[in-house]
Amino acid sequence: MISMNRKKRDEVVDNLSNMDLVEGTSLWKDAYLRFMKNKAAVTGLILLVLMTLLAFIGPYFTPWDYQSIDWSLIGNAKDGGAPQIANRHYFGIDDLGRDIFARTMQGTQISLMVGFVGTAVAVFVGLFYGAIAGFVGGRVDNIMMRFVDILMSIPIMFVIIIFFVVFGRSIFLLFMAIGMFAWMDMARIVRGQTLAIKNKEYIEAARAAGVSGIRLITRHVIPNLLGIVVIYTSLLIPSLILTESFISFLGLGIQEPLTSWGALINEGAGQMRYGVPWQLGFPIAFFVVGMFCFFFIGDGLRDALDPKDK
Amino acid sequence: MTILKTKFSKGAAIALLAGATALTSFSAYAASPMAGETLAADQTYTYRMLDGFPSLDPQLVEDVNGSDAARDLFEGLMNQDDDGNLIPGVALSYEATEGNTVYTFKLRKSNWSNGEPVTAKDFVYAWRRAADPKTASPYQWYMDLMSIKNVAAVIKGDMDPSELGVEALDDYTLQVTLSTALPYFADMTAHTTTFPTHQATVEEFGTEWTRPENMVGNGAYKLTEWVLKERTTRVRNTEYWDNENTILETVISMVISDENVALTRYLAGELDKTEVPAGQYPALKESNPAETFSFPRLCSYYYTFNLSDTGPEAFKDQRVRHALSYAIDRNVISEQVLKGGQYPAYTFTPGATAGFEVPTVPYGTWTQAERDAKAVELLAEAGYTKENPLKFDMLYNTSEGHKKVAVVMSQMWKQKLGVEATLANQEWKTFLEVRGKQDFEMARGAWCGDYNEASTFLDLLTTESGYNDGKWSNARVDELMASAKTSSNAGVNYTEVEQIMAAEMPVIPVYHYTGVLMINEQLKGWPLSNVQQKFYSRNFYKVAK
Amino acid sequence: MLKFIVKRVASAIPTLLLLILFSFVMMRLAPGGPFTSERALPVEVLANINAKYGLDQPWHIQLWRYIEGLIFHLDLGPSFKYKDRSVNDIIAQGFPVTMTYGLWSFAVAVVVGMSLGIMAAVKHNTWLDYIAVGISIGAQVLPNFIMAPILVIIFTLWLGWLPGGGWNGGQWNHVIMPVIALSTSYMASIARLTRGSMLEVLNSNYIRTAKAKGLPMRTIIFRHAIKPSLLPVMSYLGPAFVGMVTGSVVIDIYFSTGGMGQFFVDAALSRDYSLLMGITVLFGAMTILFSTIVDILYAWLDPKIKL
Repeated sequence: MISMNRKKRDEVVDNLSNMDLVEGTSLWKDAYLRFMKNKAAVTGLILLVLMTLLAFIGPYFTPWDYQSIDWSLIGNAKDGGAPQIANRHYFGIDDLGRDIFARTMQGTQISLMVGFVGTAVAVFVGLFYGAIAGFVGGRVDNIMMRFVDILMSIPIMFVIIIFFVVFGRSIFLLFMAIGMFAWMDMARIVRGQTLAIKNKEYIEAARAAGVSGIRLITRHVIPNLLGIVVIYTSLLIPSLILTESFISFLGLGIQEPLTSWGALINEGAGQMRYGVPWQLGFPIAFFVVGMFCFFFIGDGLRDALDPKDK
Repeated sequence: MTILKTKFSKGAAIALLAGATALTSFSAYAASPMAGETLAADQTYTYRMLDGFPSLDPQLVEDVNGSDAARDLFEGLMNQDDDGNLIPGVALSYEATEGNTVYTFKLRKSNWSNGEPVTAKDFVYAWRRAADPKTASPYQWYMDLMSIKNVAAVIKGDMDPSELGVEALDDYTLQVTLSTALPYFADMTAHTTTFPTHQATVEEFGTEWTRPENMVGNGAYKLTEWVLKERTTRVRNTEYWDNENTILETVISMVISDENVALTRYLAGELDKTEVPAGQYPALKESNPAETFSFPRLCSYYYTFNLSDTGPEAFKDQRVRHALSYAIDRNVISEQVLKGGQYPAYTFTPGATAGFEVPTVPYGTWTQAERDAKAVELLAEAGYTKENPLKFDMLYNTSEGHKKVAVVMSQMWKQKLGVEATLANQEWKTFLEVRGKQDFEMARGAWCGDYNEASTFLDLLTTESGYNDGKWSNARVDELMASAKTSSNAGVNYTEVEQIMAAEMPVIPVYHYTGVLMINEQLKGWPLSNVQQKFYSRNFYKVAK
Repeated sequence: MLKFIVKRVASAIPTLLLLILFSFVMMRLAPGGPFTSERALPVEVLANINAKYGLDQPWHIQLWRYIEGLIFHLDLGPSFKYKDRSVNDIIAQGFPVTMTYGLWSFAVAVVVGMSLGIMAAVKHNTWLDYIAVGISIGAQVLPNFIMAPILVIIFTLWLGWLPGGGWNGGQWNHVIMPVIALSTSYMASIARLTRGSMLEVLNSNYIRTAKAKGLPMRTIIFRHAIKPSLLPVMSYLGPAFVGMVTGSVVIDIYFSTGGMGQFFVDAALSRDYSLLMGITVLFGAMTILFSTIVDILYAWLDPKIKL
């Protein structure tokens, strides 16, 4: 048995994986069909795609960029800065004479990026951490999960505030700080699932065939966790975008002249009563629509991928 | 946000110099309704504060709000009137002898809020306490500035506080001995650090002596409520010596962090005074003309180049500094961004400073088009073009107002000169640390006069100044400022210093501040013409609608 | 059960110590100190102040003194910013405020959220359901730093019904707006969670059996459906409660309540080391406490789970 050559061993494993893959394909296919039947989720997805496209293409349809000041209108937002086609400020201007359309597009890019990159960081860390803990088991599992428990009893928002105060501000830190504190839930969920998957026959077979631990985790355990990861991701993205907006509210987020949904909304909120409704209205509309999309997509994915719900 | 504590009015003191050796005495000052005014039934004054008081202990107070409250709760030897002139407080008169090195104050008979008499011993106790290392007051430096005999040694811990040069000759005579002659010493006693404290109370309750239930004061009001970061209430102190001339019964301060919410609450009638949010002055002046005020203040807003060894090479070229300063359209910043009547600044010292005449500097008289053309020319001469643009970071501390100014300045440079200035904002403590260590390229700065005289501003740019974060150094300026201290005509020196600064441009002056307030029409007596904004609530009163 | 609680308490202590260590180190790493000011203080003055607050000692001694004071005297030290107060005083003043509106918000969020969720589930796919879902998603995405100023404009400026802020010892009319602003998004989450799990329970076999037996709907819901459908909601409540308390920064800023949230942010910004550590420890302990309570309730609700 030990002398079984490498090629053959891989064959066995591949067969086993293929078996799994066939099963997986039908699972994904079913989920896809279920998802497509969910009107709210599909509408959400389409809107989100459109919004993302607009955020990246939109800036090419306006002569204004997100940081340039319209000197003819600066300080005159209330009387001359309302949205209009004539001067091509489609969403109007802010109190410094900057184009709200261009800024909203730019803010949308950043906020979506925070959501996606932050979630990617969280998912990546959580996935591996949880998978390793669950797969190795025993004392390692115990220690790793104890550590997560400790981290989870730290008031996260406070730690993020301290982080920004200590390390100053940068987009990179924003992604990291937000992502780094969101992985613990992911790790717990993944660990639980891994424990369940670990004892399945195909894993035991692969192990018997001598596949190494890491390779087992990356090739066999993690792919089977994708369903739960997708659901969790769709829930995490909007919550991270909300977190970013809170950080912006505290004045700790993104650096001017760059902006984000949170920063734009916060600026607009300050002008709420001063006769420039477009300064809050457009950014918050994008924000709310974006959030609705994420929620509907999240719900749709959960219904589609989590069969026990039906 | 960078408003500093206002200290003493040097100008007023200089005006009094002539009679300094004679016994100087004054008339009293209090709320004085004009004929025909009917007083309102409810004499409560409620105002908004940005943040709560860190302390109400006169020897520890270091912020503007805290000083405002301390002036209501305690009274020092001297006070200021509505125009910032010196008037008597607990002192009835004073005499300066020995060439302004010995000051003798005659005190009036007055009481603490518990009925005990206020005596010279209370001042002696308070002043020793202020200098005592154990009290660890951040304002020990102020006691040092007062040049009281032995103060430096006491602060260092080399001498016992009892050796401080202040003594009670009898219950109503206080004598202070100075180490150097200070003609304006009496003005310095209007500052909270020098207010008396009640020894028995402090010793009984320790740090808790400032709680409403413990505090004993000698001001026109007593503290009855102090909820940190929420509100304080002060009510009339019937033991105050001038109680009969006090009209306002209650003073309430409310902490409201957000200026827009504060304005909403003002408009809802919850407040009698609040600050106008940046950019809203014209609209409010139009809708509420009788309640909206803008008046000059003793503060200057500028950006400083880092000219130390750690600073960028580009800024060592005078042409670059000039180009950047010329390209700023200061009228746009004051009229279209801040909109609160701020004064465009081409020189450092505000025009509102007592006895200071704003000197004419060449670029101040040009049109903006001329300045822009000159800026483009100078920057090209210095070797920076659109292909090889000048790049630097501009640092400011987190605040909505500073952000606006920084954004507009950077865009002016970008669009006129092709300069790429990257904005960097940092929260206050980080900003101070970074700027203080010359770890920046260009940074925001602002200064509010400690006293009402031009040297409070111009001293900042001397080589030795602790606030010269750009590390500009000019021997002639140092010399001029040193000789101004003893000169009878210091104005000439100040003019020359401003001209040197315009020629070398170590900082870019941007604007001079105004105070922009909403004040309830019913409330009378706000000292709009006191550029240091020292107010005493007992001078206010409310008229009926 | 007892063993579980003992275990939790035992593990809480090292967690809190780690938290103290973490915030201690982070604060010391932050640029600037509590006494950094615009005009640098003279060396002697700074030395006096540092001596008073023990900042002249090496780090490990400062840390040890802090922990010693905390453990043996429950003393969190003097505040560096509020010179007349100790951290204990500040917490004694601010924490009841935060707890008052936190508890009210929690109660409102749970009661309204659950009712909304149950109603939506029972009337599944009717206009009532759609309205409930719409409201709850809308409420969930509207940040409370938008809602707070809007509430002040409506109830204070336009209607003149409620004071626009302040606490006034917790008088009822000062509590209403903070509670609305704070509870809304949590209420929405609870409503959505309740609806989801209620739907699942209502579709389960035993409820169908009950229906088939002809039991009245009211009995089915209150006797049989609520308890099992609370499980997923329950696990949300612990973090939600802590979230209401920590998320109170916005409430404190807009309504000037004098609660702990704003004290924390200000302590971080003004480098008030001891106040910051005090609040971190307090909220760390709260987090642990509430997650323990949730675990116990969880076991009570679901007999399958053993502690």
